[in-house]
Amino acid sequence: MAVCVAVIAKENYPLYIRSIPTENELKFHYMVHTSLDVVDEKISAMGKALVDQRELYLGLLYPTEDYKVYPSHQLCRYGYVTNSKVKFVMVVDSSNTALRDNEIRSMFRKLHNSYTDVMCNPFYNPGDRIHSRAFDSMVTSMMIQVC
Amino acid sequence: MSPTQWDFPVELCCRPMAFVTLTGLDVVYNAVHRAVWDAFCANRRADRVPISFKVLPGDHEYPKCRPKRTSYEWYIPKGILKTGWMNKHLNLVPALVVVFYELDWDEPQWKEKQSECATRVEIVRQSLQGRNTKVAVVLIQKKTPLPPGEDVTASERAAALCNACELSGKSLFVLPHTDHLVGYIIRLENAFYEHAQTYYYTEIRRVKSHKEFLNKTTHQLLFVRHQFKIAFFSELKQDTQNALKNYRTAYNLVHELRAHETNILEIKTMAGFINYKICRLCFQHNTPLDAIAQFRKHIDLCKKKIGSAELSFEHAAWMSKQFQAFGDLFDEAIKLGLTAIQTQNPGFYYQQAAYYAQERKQLAKSLCNHEASVTYPNPDPLETQTGVLDFYGQRSWRQGILSFDLSDPEKEKVGVLAIQLKERSVVHSEMIITLLSNAVAQFKKYKCPRMKSHLMVQMGEEYYYAKDYTKALKLLDYVMCDYRSEGWWTLLTSILTTALKCSYLMAQLKDYITYSLELLGRASTLKDDQKSRIEKNLINVLMNESPDPEPDCDVLAVKTAQKLWSDRISLAGSNVFTIGVQDFVPFVQCKAKFHAPSFHVDVPVRFDIYLKADCPHPIRFSKLCVSFNNQEYNQFCVIEEATKASEVLENLTQGKMCLVPGKTRKFLFKFVAKTEDVGKKIEITSVDLVLGHETGRCVVLNWQGGGGDAASSQEALQASRSFKRRPRLPDNELHWDSIVIQASTMIISRVPNISVHLRHDPPALTNEMYCLVVTVESHEKTQIRDVKLTAGLKPGQDANLTQKTHMSLHGTELCDESYPALLTDIPVGDLHPGEKLEKMLYVRCGTVGSRMFLVYVSYLINTTIEDKEIVCKCHKDETVTIETVFPFDVAVKFVSTKFEHLERVYADIPFLLMTDLLSASPWALTIVSSELQLAPSMTPVDQLESQVDKVVLQTGESASECFCLRCPSVGNVEGGVATGHYIISWKRTSAMGNVPVISTVITLPHVIVENIPLHVNADLPSFGRVRESLPVKYHLQNKTNLVQDVEISVEPSDAFMFSGLKQIRLRILPGTEQEMLYNFYPLMAGYQQLPSLNVNLLRFPHFTNQLLRRFIPTSIFVKPQGRLVDDTSIAAA
Repeated sequence: MAVCVAVIAKENYPLYIRSIPTENELKFHYMVHTSLDVVDEKISAMGKALVDQRELYLGLLYPTEDYKVYPSHQLCRYGYVTNSKVKFVMVVDSSNTALRDNEIRSMFRKLHNSYTDVMCNPFYNPGDRIHSRAFDSMVTSMMIQVC
Repeated sequence: MSPTQWDFPVELCCRPMAFVTLTGLDVVYNAVHRAVWDAFCANRRADRVPISFKVLPGDHEYPKCRPKRTSYEWYIPKGILKTGWMNKHLNLVPALVVVFYELDWDEPQWKEKQSECATRVEIVRQSLQGRNTKVAVVLIQKKTPLPPGEDVTASERAAALCNACELSGKSLFVLPHTDHLVGYIIRLENAFYEHAQTYYYTEIRRVKSHKEFLNKTTHQLLFVRHQFKIAFFSELKQDTQNALKNYRTAYNLVHELRAHETNILEIKTMAGFINYKICRLCFQHNTPLDAIAQFRKHIDLCKKKIGSAELSFEHAAWMSKQFQAFGDLFDEAIKLGLTAIQTQNPGFYYQQAAYYAQERKQLAKSLCNHEASVTYPNPDPLETQTGVLDFYGQRSWRQGILSFDLSDPEKEKVGVLAIQLKERSVVHSEMIITLLSNAVAQFKKYKCPRMKSHLMVQMGEEYYYAKDYTKALKLLDYVMCDYRSEGWWTLLTSILTTALKCSYLMAQLKDYITYSLELLGRASTLKDDQKSRIEKNLINVLMNESPDPEPDCDVLAVKTAQKLWSDRISLAGSNVFTIGVQDFVPFVQCKAKFHAPSFHVDVPVRFDIYLKADCPHPIRFSKLCVSFNNQEYNQFCVIEEATKASEVLENLTQGKMCLVPGKTRKFLFKFVAKTEDVGKKIEITSVDLVLGHETGRCVVLNWQGGGGDAASSQEALQASRSFKRRPRLPDNELHWDSIVIQASTMIISRVPNISVHLRHDPPALTNEMYCLVVTVESHEKTQIRDVKLTAGLKPGQDANLTQKTHMSLHGTELCDESYPALLTDIPVGDLHPGEKLEKMLYVRCGTVGSRMFLVYVSYLINTTIEDKEIVCKCHKDETVTIETVFPFDVAVKFVSTKFEHLERVYADIPFLLMTDLLSASPWALTIVSSELQLAPSMTPVDQLESQVDKVVLQTGESASECFCLRCPSVGNVEGGVATGHYIISWKRTSAMGNVPVISTVITLPHVIVENIPLHVNADLPSFGRVRESLPVKYHLQNKTNLVQDVEISVEPSDAFMFSGLKQIRLRILPGTEQEMLYNFYPLMAGYQQLPSLNVNLLRFPHFTNQLLRRFIPTSIFVKPQGRLVDDTSIAAA
């Protein structure tokens, strides 16, 4: 179950962040922000070579961590980067069900498709915060669907 | 309970080493013994065997050994591990006791000494009763021992001594006190080490042997205990592999124990110990992944074993300690060479430890909030008789009680209360901050800047909780810019909120204002009600009043703060705060825009300052001023509340000093630029907006350049990308995003109102004084003064052109090299409106090619702008490209007197020099004269008068001259003989009389001179007439110093009859001449071939008739026989 989904601009400022335990929103913002350390590192490690064959999915960013001690929640952060260096970060609650890599990948792909739709909107100015109902509902579906 | 209750005991964390005691050494008074002891303990590096030595007196009492249990049937253990056990085996019970004794093999009183030694051994044995501790004897000897076997006495006495002391031969050592002490000591300690290992081996066997007596129901605790002991002894034996194996088993056994609220602490404590040992050994074996896996397993197994809810903070403390200890181990391993990575480094463990410490703090806060009336129980339930616990992890008030039922609930309650009250005095924040700063150091190392910032925020918050506001502010302020620069406004707002609280509580005016400004700004994600509260506070502060306290602050701290604020009010002093906004996002935005990128100096410079407030309520400002790079303009660009003069402001009424949220306000400024600034850039260096009053407190918001803060560049970028149509606004309002900052403008000179014309006749001819007529006409309305002309070659062209171009104002004389290529600032005087002025300029171009000429006219004029009289300097320039060409082409050729082309001339024989002047000028040229200046080697045959004087040549026409010359014989000159110069003096036909004549000098080509042996020339009339005699005389001149034999013959021709010598052979003396006379009688009219004269020189076979034909005519025109009329005319002639 995704608990937080974030889209980060190339310049590393947030384009979209949503998390479901809304009372602890700030913590998720910090989580997404700190994840960028690893994302940046992974992107620079990939280098410029093999742009075509590059894997967009960055995998697990940090080792699984405890979100709260009681009741315990285990959170995993995953990353994904588009060719235009827009980053997706997803925080997934893996305490009940351990998600397979494939599932995460497909979630990211869905997110990417929806993001592409947002970009295709002629009224959307790239770099602005995303205020799209379609994107919102897709994120909502991802947050509910898996749990 | 000490605050370090959760720390691991020292004996657990150290590296276990075999314990060996040395007795019989008097290290205080005996120098030899001292040296021996020093050799044992000094320089214990990694290459020495791991033994910990201790000097004890011979009669030292070692811990008593409890009587051996024969059966475990009725034995019920009271706990897992006794608190003293590890220390006992590390520091109290030796593996080997060494008895040092001074005895040489040749000791005279051998018997006595031997028995004394035996007694000593016996005493040691007595105190070790029941232990398997080994005993060894070292004899300190003064003499170097002989090689084994050679000293018979030695071996005999050694055997005797062993016997007396009941020692095996292997336990007797000799230590000669000689030069090589250290070497002997190292050999000794290696032997000790072997003994120690044997001892620990037997200990392991002994513990293992108990196993078979145990049963799973009552002796569960013993399984763990024994396993732990085996592992620990293995470590002492330095058998880390087996130690690790046994610890792992022990770990599994701990978790098999039946856990209950009463013993959960003991289980966790032991599990923590064993886990620590396992992780430590894994790192030591360089298998960090095993260590991490074990630790994760440990945490997963234990994190839910909270135990008593009333003491749940203990669990958090324990967890925190687990993470911290692992972080320490990890860090230590890295220091020893392990490499960590960004996603797996000790920082994470410190961070987690800090989280648990925070958890502990929170739990403690909710569980230990007893009222002040609750006193600490007496007697202290946490006191024990010995001051320490018997077993690790047990409760002091029910030690050794294994029952899960609480036998004495009252006692339990008191105990829990005591622990809770103790927890209250723990300084949690300090621990949290230490852990966080450890983590920060790690994340800094492993390239996690954002993680570092995040942890620093937490540190700052913790300092805030700990009421250390100065440190909190310092940390928060440090990281703020990271979040700001990356545009994480939610996080920035949260940090700012805490920072604002800190600055409020410390009554730090400047910080308080700065944070308020940003929290009110567009980057802040605060709700409007919060914003309006902050704005109200800010306005209060600016009015020199105290702000309301920030919400959720500690009540006591607020009290102190209120006092501080009221002190601030009464305190006079610096009440003006200048805040540079470029580093943050304040609630007022500013943009400056010049109306144009450049202004003429006679037009006032205009620019707008746009201001926009993002706060919820309108805000007044008291002053707006602009600073420029030329500070003299600053005075003109100030708006102050007090000033009545609103001439610089347009469409502003009452509330002009008030900013309405969301509305863009425009302020127009204008000023007159100084004439000195023509050609310079005027830049807005800063815009200052003053909030509040100088009488109370005021804040100066200072924008560098033309406005813009930390967020505006990104916004401008976004706005420029946007295709979005902006909604229509009323005419006098503007969209903020559509305003582009223009912070600088150029001051350029006034537009000139004169015309400059150039009149000339291109192209220019080489070297002539080319005339350029400049006409300047004033169209100005007033008189212009100080008109100056600069004319000449435009700078920046080929340097050679500068050398070959000369300007002059006087056309009557030729200019030479000394004249410049550019005439500057020629004063021309003043001009009245409409007046016209002409100036002639002369250029002399020495080379052909095109040149750019510049004519630059400058003048001064008085004008008035904005009731201010200024003197403007105007200028106008014209450039013209002029081609320079040769006026004419001169061709020179040498011909024979027969006008035949000559390759070479013959000495002393006249020839002709022909010059051909072809005009290339598009304008008519007048050749004033020409002159041939002959080289000394040439002599003219007749007068060298110019034949082209005053000739006018139109384009394409040519003028030729012909001079007859002779070249006396010269030797064989390489490259020929110089002929001389041909000087042509010319001018344009159109030029006026006073224009100087130009002389063009042309160097004539060299000519090759050749000598010939015989020169023949003929004397004959210019024409003949049929049937009239034609006398021809041939002159043969000998040009050599030799007598020449000449054969002459004349071949008959059809057209002539002739008389004279037809064939003759004769001699010609040197320098003399022979004449041959013939009379030709023409028979036919027309151009007839003469009978040809053939000359054959016997001495010069090369002298051919072809050569001869060059000198003498071969044909003649024969006129027909005349009629009578003609006869008369002929006769008349």
